[in-house]
Amino acid sequence: MTQRILTSRMEDHPDDSHTLSRYRATGGYDVLAHALAKLTPEQVVDEVKASNMRGRGGAGFPTGVKWGFLAPAEPRYLVVNADESEPGTFKDRQLLERDPHQLIEGIALSSYALGVDRAFVYVRGEYAKPARRVQRAIDEAYEAGYLGDDILGSGFSVDVSVHLGGGAYICGEETALLNSLEGKRGEPRLKPPFPAVEGLYAKPTIVNNVESISNVPWIVANGGATYGAIGPERSSGTRLFSLSGHLERPGNYEIVMGITWEELIYEIGGGIRDGNRLKTWIPGGASAPWLVPSEHLSTLVTIDDVAQYGSMLGSGAVVVMDHTTDVVAAAHSIVRFFAHESCGQCTPCREGTSWLEDVLARIMTGGGRPDDIDLLLDVSDNISPGLTWPPAMTTICPLGPSATAPITSIMKYFRDEVEAMIPEVAHA
Amino acid sequence: MPDAPGTVTITINGVDHDVDDGLRLIVAAERVGEIIPRFCHHEKLEPVGKCRMCLVEVEGPRGKALVPSCTLPVSDGMVVDTESAVVTKAQEGVLEFLLINHPLDCPICDKGGECPLQDQTMAWGPGESRFVEEKRTFPKPIHVSDIVLLDRERCVLCDRCTRAADDIAGDPLLVFQDRGNHVQIQTFPDEPFSSYFSGNTVQLCPVGALTSVDYRFKARPWDLEHTTSVSLVDTVHSTVDVQTSRGAIIRVYGVENDAVNEGWLSDKDRFLFSAVHSDERTVTPMTRDDDGFSETSWGWALDEISAKLGSYLPSEVGAIGGANNTNEEAFTLGMFMRTVVGSPHIDAQLGDGLDPHFAAAVTPRAAITDIDDASTILLWGPDLKETHPVLYLRVRSAVRKGATLVVASPAGTGLDSIAEHVVRYRAGSGADMLRKVAAGDGDMASVRSALDDGPVVAVVGRSSLAEDPRLAEAVAAFSRDLPGATLMPLLGRGNVFGALDMGLDPTLLPGRVSVADDAAAAAFESAIGHLPADPGRSTMEMLRAVADGEMKVLILVGADPVRDCPDPELAERALSAAEFVVAVDAFMTDSSRYADILLPGAVWGEVDGTVTNLEGRVQRVRPSIPPRGRSRPLNAILDDLAVRMGVELGAAKTGDITVRISETAPAYAGITRDHLEFEVGDDGVIAPLAGVEQPLAHIPVEVSVPVVTDRMTLHLARSLYDDGVWNRHAVTIADLVRDPLVRIHPRDASALAVSDGATVMVAGRYELSVVVDADVAIGSVVVPFNHAETRGMAATSSVTVEPIRSPR
Repeated sequence: MTQRILTSRMEDHPDDSHTLSRYRATGGYDVLAHALAKLTPEQVVDEVKASNMRGRGGAGFPTGVKWGFLAPAEPRYLVVNADESEPGTFKDRQLLERDPHQLIEGIALSSYALGVDRAFVYVRGEYAKPARRVQRAIDEAYEAGYLGDDILGSGFSVDVSVHLGGGAYICGEETALLNSLEGKRGEPRLKPPFPAVEGLYAKPTIVNNVESISNVPWIVANGGATYGAIGPERSSGTRLFSLSGHLERPGNYEIVMGITWEELIYEIGGGIRDGNRLKTWIPGGASAPWLVPSEHLSTLVTIDDVAQYGSMLGSGAVVVMDHTTDVVAAAHSIVRFFAHESCGQCTPCREGTSWLEDVLARIMTGGGRPDDIDLLLDVSDNISPGLTWPPAMTTICPLGPSATAPITSIMKYFRDEVEAMIPEVAHA
Repeated sequence: MPDAPGTVTITINGVDHDVDDGLRLIVAAERVGEIIPRFCHHEKLEPVGKCRMCLVEVEGPRGKALVPSCTLPVSDGMVVDTESAVVTKAQEGVLEFLLINHPLDCPICDKGGECPLQDQTMAWGPGESRFVEEKRTFPKPIHVSDIVLLDRERCVLCDRCTRAADDIAGDPLLVFQDRGNHVQIQTFPDEPFSSYFSGNTVQLCPVGALTSVDYRFKARPWDLEHTTSVSLVDTVHSTVDVQTSRGAIIRVYGVENDAVNEGWLSDKDRFLFSAVHSDERTVTPMTRDDDGFSETSWGWALDEISAKLGSYLPSEVGAIGGANNTNEEAFTLGMFMRTVVGSPHIDAQLGDGLDPHFAAAVTPRAAITDIDDASTILLWGPDLKETHPVLYLRVRSAVRKGATLVVASPAGTGLDSIAEHVVRYRAGSGADMLRKVAAGDGDMASVRSALDDGPVVAVVGRSSLAEDPRLAEAVAAFSRDLPGATLMPLLGRGNVFGALDMGLDPTLLPGRVSVADDAAAAAFESAIGHLPADPGRSTMEMLRAVADGEMKVLILVGADPVRDCPDPELAERALSAAEFVVAVDAFMTDSSRYADILLPGAVWGEVDGTVTNLEGRVQRVRPSIPPRGRSRPLNAILDDLAVRMGVELGAAKTGDITVRISETAPAYAGITRDHLEFEVGDDGVIAPLAGVEQPLAHIPVEVSVPVVTDRMTLHLARSLYDDGVWNRHAVTIADLVRDPLVRIHPRDASALAVSDGATVMVAGRYELSVVVDADVAIGSVVVPFNHAETRGMAATSSVTVEPIRSPR
C-alpha cells in the first residue's frame, strides 16, 4: 500500500534531508553522474516513457508522451510548476522544503534528456520557505558542480532559476504560468499552440509538476520499467496524497495507487474525526466533483477509476467532510475561491463564477428563491455546457468549469439540503 | 475539394462555401454572409478569444465541440454549426453574463443606437436577465487622458483598446488591472493614455466605455449625417466619415480604406475639425486701414483687389500657398496667376519642402501598400510619428510582419525602438553619413547589407527645416538603385502634392509637367491660356524680391510664411515692404495680419473637390457643412475676380474644374468623378491611370550636398502638436500643445555644464529648457519648430547654445 520513492530521505532524516551533504550521503547525484557519463539523452527519455508516469500536477497526462511533443527549435526551456495552489494540496511544498536536491537532480536529468540549458522553478508566491530552501539547494548544487557549466565534466550545462509567483492560483495553469514568468499578466493562453511547441518566450517548453520531476532520478536509477511495474498499469508508481479535512490523521502520504477509498480514508487517514460519519469527499482538489460513501467507498484510487465516476484524481488532494458539514457552505467556500482566483479575461468565468458565489451566499443567508437551484445549474451549464466531467467549456481554461463542480456535486447528492435552505421550497 | 487554388471548402449550417484559406472562421463566415456575433474580434487586431461571444460548434475527431470562431483558422472540410441549440444557449449565456454587471444606462450613453452590445443583445441575447444581485459599480467616468474618458461599468473587457494601443500604436499605456470580477482597464499612475492614436480606441470600443471629451453627450447616432471624405491634416489623406448634426461637424471617424489608413486615424485627423467651428475664424471679408481691420463686402473687396492687381506689372505680383486647398482650387489659382494676372511667380511650398520635381514626379514612386510588401524600409527624413502618424502605423505594422526598418535621423524618432538599424548623424552632415552608408563603411556594413534585401521602400523627406533639401535628392539617388526600390517623397502640408500636381510651382505646369517642356507648355497654352514668358520665383525668391522692392504684391493663400518659412524675419520684412497684400485664410495669422484685404476662404469640411496624397492617390473630399459665414471656396473667389479683370475662367463650379483637370493635366488624364464616386471602402485612384503617360519622370541624381562643420548644428523638427494656427483653434488639440524643449546629447550638455531642466539661450534669443538626450547626435541641437516660444527662429544650419548663468 505504501512505498517510499519520494519520501524515504525526509522520513529517515527529518532534520537535514534538505541539505546537499545528506542528499549525497544517501546516494544523491549518483544517477546524474551515471546518466551524463553513460546514457544518451534519448535513453533518459526512453526510461521516463517506459515508466508510464502520468503527470502529477492534476491533468494526469503521461510525462514521457508530453516530452515527445517538444519541438526541435532552439532554445527550449524546462519549467517546473511549483505554483501549488489547489485548495487541499500541499504535497509539492513538502518536496520543495524537505528534499529540494531530489528535484534539482530531476531537473538536471530532465534538462539533459530534453536538450535544455535553461530551466525555471516557478514557486507559489506564498511559499517563502520552500522557495528559500530550493534557492539554497540550487546554490549548493552550483557550487558542487551539479548545475551550471560543464556539469561533472560532461560538457552538458544547465542553468536553473527560481521565480516566485505573485499569489495567483491561475498561474498554476501552465500557460498562465509562462505569461507570468515572462512578466505578463497571469492569464491562460489560447491553445493551440501548446507550450511544447510555443511556450516560454514562444519557444518550445516543457512544463512539469514538482512531483513529476522529483520522480525522475528514481526512474532513471531503477529503470522506467521498474517504476511502471509499481501499482496499476495506467496509474503506475507512487503518489503523494494530501489528506485533509475531518480525518484523524491528515497529512501527506506516499501511496501506491490501486487501493480503495475506504483504505485511503480509514487506514491511511485514520478514519473520521471524533467517530463521526463520512458524508462526502473531494478526491482530487477543489476542482474535482465530489464522491460519496454510498457509491464510491469501495471503488479504486486510480486515475481512470475516478474518471469513470465523473471526477478526477487531480493533484492528489483528498478533502474529507463528515456528517456535520454544511455542504452549501462548503460549496460556497470553493466557488468563492474560484471567483476570487478567476483571471477575469473571459466572460463566462469572470461574470459566471461570482454570480454563482452571490446566489449561494444568498441561499445561505435565507434569501434563496424557488428558482435558485435551476439558476445555479443553468449558470453552471453556461460555463460548462452539459455539466459533464471532464468538462466542456465556454471558457478559455478549466478554472471556470471547476467552480461548477461543487454545485453539481451538492445538487446531485444533497439537493434536499439545498432545498431545505430555500424558504419557499422548504415550506412548500 | 474547392475549385480555386488558395481556397478551402467549409460547411456552415449545412451549406458548402469556398472561402480563402488562412482566414479565421469568423471572417470567412462573414464573407459568405453568415454573421457570428462578436465583441473582442476585430479584423485589424490579433485574435484573443476573450469575450466568447463567437462560440460555434465545429465537428472534430471527438464529435462537435464549442470553439471560438475568432481564433480558429478555416480548414478544408470543416463543418460548422452556428445555430445549434448548444451554440444558441452558449451565446445567450455569454450575453447574459455580459449584461449582469452592465449598467444599462443606454438612454444617457453616447454609444446608444450604434452599440454592438445593444445590437447583439437584440439579435442573439436572452429575452430577460435572471440576475437579481447588486451590480458591480465604479465611479463614473475617469479621464485616462486629456481626450479619452473611461466608464468602467460599461466596459466588457474585450481587450480591443488595449490591443490597439499596444500592438497598433505602440503605446502600451492601457492595461488590465486586478482580476476576476474586479478586472478593469486602467492607466499606470502618472502615465495617462497620451497617445497620438487614442481616439481609435473610442471608435473601436464595442460599448460606451470609452468616450471622447469632445463628443460626449453631443448627439445621438440616429441624428447624425455621414459624409465620406478624407483628412487633410497631413499628406497621407486618411479616409474619414465626417459626422454632422444640425449644421455642425461633431465627430470624425476613420473609414477602413486598406490602401491608405486601414481605418486608423491620428488624434489630429480625428479632433482637429473643431477649429472649423472656432469663434476665431475669419468669416467675412476684411480690409485694413490705419485703425486695423474692419469688415467689408465681397463686392468691394474684389473690386479693390482687381483694381490693385491691374495697377502693377504682372511680374510684380506673386502668390504663395494653395497647399491646403483642393486640386480644383489649386488648379484655379494656377490659371488665375498665369493667365489672368500673367505672373509666373507661384509656389505652394514655403521653402520648407523639397525639390518640386522630386516631390511631384519621383520615379519609381512607392504606393503606401508597397510598404506592406517591403523586405526593407529605409526612412530618411522627419519623425513619421510626428509628421505622418498614420504612415508611422503602416511602417510599424510592416515591421511587425517582418520587414527590416532602417531609420536615419539626427535625433531619436518614434520608430527607433522597432528599427533594426538606427543611423544617427549630426544635423548638417547627412551627406557624409550617406556616403558611409552607401559604401558600407565600418559600422555601416550591416546597414548596407540590410538595404540590399529588396524590395526596398525608401521614404525620403527633409528631417528638419534646417536640413538642406538636396540631401533628400541625394538619399533618393542612392536608394533608387537598391533592389526593387520604390521611393516615397515626404511633404507635410495637407494637399501639397495636389497643389504641385496642379502646377503651383514656378517650375511645374498642371499634370506633372515641367515648364521647360515646350510641347506640354504649348498644349497648356492652347487649352488654358497664354503662359508668362519669364521664369517664376519660388517662395523664398519672392520674399527676397518683395523685401528688395523688385516685387510689390503678395497673394497669400492659406499660407503663413512668417510662421512656416525657414527665414521668418525675411517673411516679415517682405510683408511689411509689400505695397499690397491679399490673404485668403480662415484665420488671422502672423502673416495674414499684414494683409490689406483678408478674404475668408472656405475650409476642409466645407469644400468639395479632389485631393492628392503622398503616393499620388487622388481622392474626393466632400462638404459636410456649408461654408461658415460669408466664406467661399477659392475657385469661386478667383472666378469672380477674373471676371472683374475681364477673363472668364469658368471655374465657379468645382465639377467643371475636375473635368478640366482630367482633360488638360496630363498625369490626371481620364480621372473623372466616376473614379472617385466611391462608397465607403473604396479607395480613390493613383495618378496617372494605367496606360497614361506622365510627362515628367524625375529620376533622382547624385547631388553634392555641403556638410556643415560648425560647432553646434540645428535640427529644427516638426511635432504633431505644434503651435500651428489650426492646432491652436481646435479645442481638443489646443490643450495638448506642450512647451518646446531643446534636446542635446549628454556630451554637449556636460561641455556646456548644463543638466536636465536647465535653461539655455539658443540662437542668442530663445530661452529654452534643456533635455539631455542620448538619442540626439553629438553636436546637434534639437528644437521643436513652430512653438510660441520658438516663434521666429530661423532654420539656419548652425546655432549657438549658451548656458544661462544666474548672476553671482
